[in-house]
Amino acid sequence: MTTQTTASDTPSAPAAGTQTGLIGIPPLLGRALATAGGALTVISTFLAWTWTSDFPGDLTVYGYPGGLQVLVLIGGALTTLLGLASFGVKGLRWLVPAGADAALKFAALATFGTVWYTVIAISVELGGLVNLEPGGYLVAVTSLATLLGALALPFRRPEPDPIDPDDSRWEHTRHRAAHSWETVKAAFSADAPPAVRRLPAYAEILVIVVVLALALTVFTYGIGTAYDELFIGFLITAGFGFGALSKSGLIAHASQITSRHQNITVCGAFVTAALFPFTQTDDQYATLGVYILIFATVALGLNIVVGLAGLLDLGYVAFLGVGAYAASLVSGSPSSPFHVHFPFWAAVLVGAAASLVFGVLIGAPTLRLRGDYLAIVTLGFGEIFRITANNLDGTSGPDVTNGSNGVSSIPNLDILGFDLGAQHDVGGFTIGRFANYFFLMLVITAVVVLVFRRSGDSRIGRAWVAIREDETAALAMGINGFRVKLIAFAVGASLAGLAGTVQAHVTYTVTPEQYLFAGPIPPNSAFLLAAVVLGGMGTIGGPLIGASLLFLIPNKLQFLGDYQLFAFGVALILLMRFRPEGLVPNRRRQLEFHEEAEAPTVLEPTGA
Amino acid sequence: MTTETTTRGETILDARGVTMRFGGLTAVRDVDLTVSSGEIVGLIGPNGAGKTTFFNCLTGLYIPTEGEVRYKGAVLPPKSFKVTAAGVARTFQNIRLFANMTVLENVLVGRHTRTKEGFWSAVLRGPGFHRAEKASRERAMELLAFVGLAPKADHLARNLPYGEQRKLEIARALASEPGLLLLDEPTAGMNPQETRATEELVFAIRDQGIAVLVIEHDMRFIFNLCDRVAVLVQGAKLVEGDSATVQGDERVIAAYLGEPFENAPGAEEVAEVEAAEAAQAETAEAAEATEAETEAAEAQAEPSTDAAPGKESDR
Ligand SMILES: Nc1ncnc2c1ncn2[C@@H]1O[C@H](COP(=O)(O)OP(=O)(O)O)[C@@H](O)[C@H]1O
Ligand SMILES: [Mg+2]
Repeated sequence: MTTQTTASDTPSAPAAGTQTGLIGIPPLLGRALATAGGALTVISTFLAWTWTSDFPGDLTVYGYPGGLQVLVLIGGALTTLLGLASFGVKGLRWLVPAGADAALKFAALATFGTVWYTVIAISVELGGLVNLEPGGYLVAVTSLATLLGALALPFRRPEPDPIDPDDSRWEHTRHRAAHSWETVKAAFSADAPPAVRRLPAYAEILVIVVVLALALTVFTYGIGTAYDELFIGFLITAGFGFGALSKSGLIAHASQITSRHQNITVCGAFVTAALFPFTQTDDQYATLGVYILIFATVALGLNIVVGLAGLLDLGYVAFLGVGAYAASLVSGSPSSPFHVHFPFWAAVLVGAAASLVFGVLIGAPTLRLRGDYLAIVTLGFGEIFRITANNLDGTSGPDVTNGSNGVSSIPNLDILGFDLGAQHDVGGFTIGRFANYFFLMLVITAVVVLVFRRSGDSRIGRAWVAIREDETAALAMGINGFRVKLIAFAVGASLAGLAGTVQAHVTYTVTPEQYLFAGPIPPNSAFLLAAVVLGGMGTIGGPLIGASLLFLIPNKLQFLGDYQLFAFGVALILLMRFRPEGLVPNRRRQLEFHEEAEAPTVLEPTGA
Repeated sequence: MTTETTTRGETILDARGVTMRFGGLTAVRDVDLTVSSGEIVGLIGPNGAGKTTFFNCLTGLYIPTEGEVRYKGAVLPPKSFKVTAAGVARTFQNIRLFANMTVLENVLVGRHTRTKEGFWSAVLRGPGFHRAEKASRERAMELLAFVGLAPKADHLARNLPYGEQRKLEIARALASEPGLLLLDEPTAGMNPQETRATEELVFAIRDQGIAVLVIEHDMRFIFNLCDRVAVLVQGAKLVEGDSATVQGDERVIAAYLGEPFENAPGAEEVAEVEAAEAAQAETAEAAEATEAETEAAEAQAEPSTDAAPGKESDR
């Protein structure tokens, strides 16, 4: 009975190769619908969506969008702009170098997703649809119309693979599912944009400034979201919005421009990051900022080991711990058995040196082996470190680390008379304790970025990549594999130790429980590795973005509670299935994972 | 011995009694081989004869069970990176490029032993670093121009066509400034034009004063190219001599080629030489080979003239 079923038998499926939309609205009408819907959605954000201010963000005010409405406003505006650009309106074409249609679909999804999430959240939290004001209904309808219009835009349908009539029913179903998935993917895909025109230098630098300012705005907004709903809405809007910008080709153009001015971009990025504390009115979110920065810096150090040299280190957080312990023990904590108080620079050296020694001690015996031994040994070492620190408490062993109570009351740093523990007023801005440490940590981050960039683009960095690519061939090219791997391992360890010395002061107390293999609070080894893999191996931006997301999501979505690690695991699996090269792909990696794809064949001479 | 091949120069590679056993399998059996400077030596033999294994023994990837290998008088250390540093570079039968690095970067990796900028130099970036980096890049570009890949310097190695990947492997090996270059089936998978070009390339390399030891299946290629050819069968060296000698040796024909096949390179010559040799009795070297060995070789040699090289998953 299953014999005669082929894909072409289903009358509703349009033939391959034709240019039709996912749904059967005429394309021109769809385009108009999407554009007008976007505009109407923008207007509806000025209406009241609900009658009571019980729903966070106060969506009851006319003429003044609040909370989630602002996000919808942005999404709607983007949709409208892309819609107008898709009509070929003059002056907007630069927005869509890679074509407007796929980008429009993503923008419509961003708007629709945020609106419907909001509407549903209002109904659920306040108990029923009755809590929606007419504005709420209106925006639900306009955003739905926008999405439907966008989905009607034509795209190139993929050819279905021929079906084997002898296959079982299950295989037919699978085959059809695969084809539907291909079709959906095609609907949302865009061609690579043409190379960006060379602009005058000042204009290119202006572009970089705008990009960095945008990044700072998005980051500051995300970190400052005060309630769960707003953060989820932020993730929806930012995620699909990023998708829209990337499909429009703007991201590709921006990254071409930034890669032409790498040094300016890197310096600009640090200046932008240094501006972050000035955007904050109190220390509440600067705290998050400094923790994110510690996490991101350690992840970046791990990226040297994992991303460049290809050494899977599952106990990396232990090096952070060694650095933190070593620095805290010599920094005048009352619970330290050594009653010394080194100046900060000396404590930094002690921390980094201690991590270096441990790195070499672990690396020397294991790096001679190939393959997965290193992963197992480092996993073991991470746990040994934590358990040892737990036991050096005077009862189970000599009193060094004060056991599970940790080294506590670590005094605040005082660098050249500048007390990092105190609040300072700089040009009308109040810079609190965490903001001070944010600046200090930023210096450490700069060091790690510098080491990463410079070593990556040199004889030693090429040797790391060569070892990762093909160890036998690398050896045959005269690379002393063991030595080179040990250097990568030791460099990674000392950089983590460096970050640890600052971390010890930020957290006041250093306890063994901060350095788990996996735990709810980053940084821990599993999250560090996830930040690297999620962000993009072998890149600088990747681990920074990965770490920000991995820190903010558990921090902001408290309601996830016990399911946090589970959700994290699911998210990671999905990501690895659909985007194995990470959020910020290293161009090499992108080629590695998508062999058949339209990836560029020429690698521009830019750094990692 | 066969007539003293040439008086090209002193012996640079001297392998004596090299034997390699994997458990019960003797992949290479008591092989002696010398290469003199300025010489191109061929190594042929049916698939599975142990040619690649012998190369691996020479380059420190395997430590020979018995025997020793000397390069310019010194015993080669049993580590492949030290062998390369000593001046013996190689290519691989199944291409082993750094696929996700650019063409230029691949060659720069080959420069590793001839440069010494370490981690600190890379981080601090003093004038010495920039000078060394610039010199390396220039040398690498020269080598790419030499093999004809300069226009593709910024392409990823993986995106090169097959023939160019083989050329890139040669350029990468040359980057380590070797005195002896070992090529493992450099024309496998190439079309006739590419093979011709490779031939020219090998001559050009020899003319730079680099001795070449080459494994190949393509008979025309090997007999055109080599000053001397050694035949490996079942791990043991069967014959060694100049092209004519080897081409004419009936045991080689039996062991390696199976039966002489139609359009075989030099089929007529083989017949001629065969006739001549029948009268001339055996060469001195042939006498050394035992009857038993020859019989065994004849009994087991597969007529694998259409051998598919590159399929083996060797190192
Ligand atoms: N690492 C190894 N372990 C076991 N057997 C091996 C190994 N390497 C090669 N051999 C065996 O040695 C023999 C010679 O192989 P090889 O040197 O690759 O032949 P050739 O290059 O002449 O075609 C084959 O029988 C092969 O299976
Ligand atoms: Mg072989």
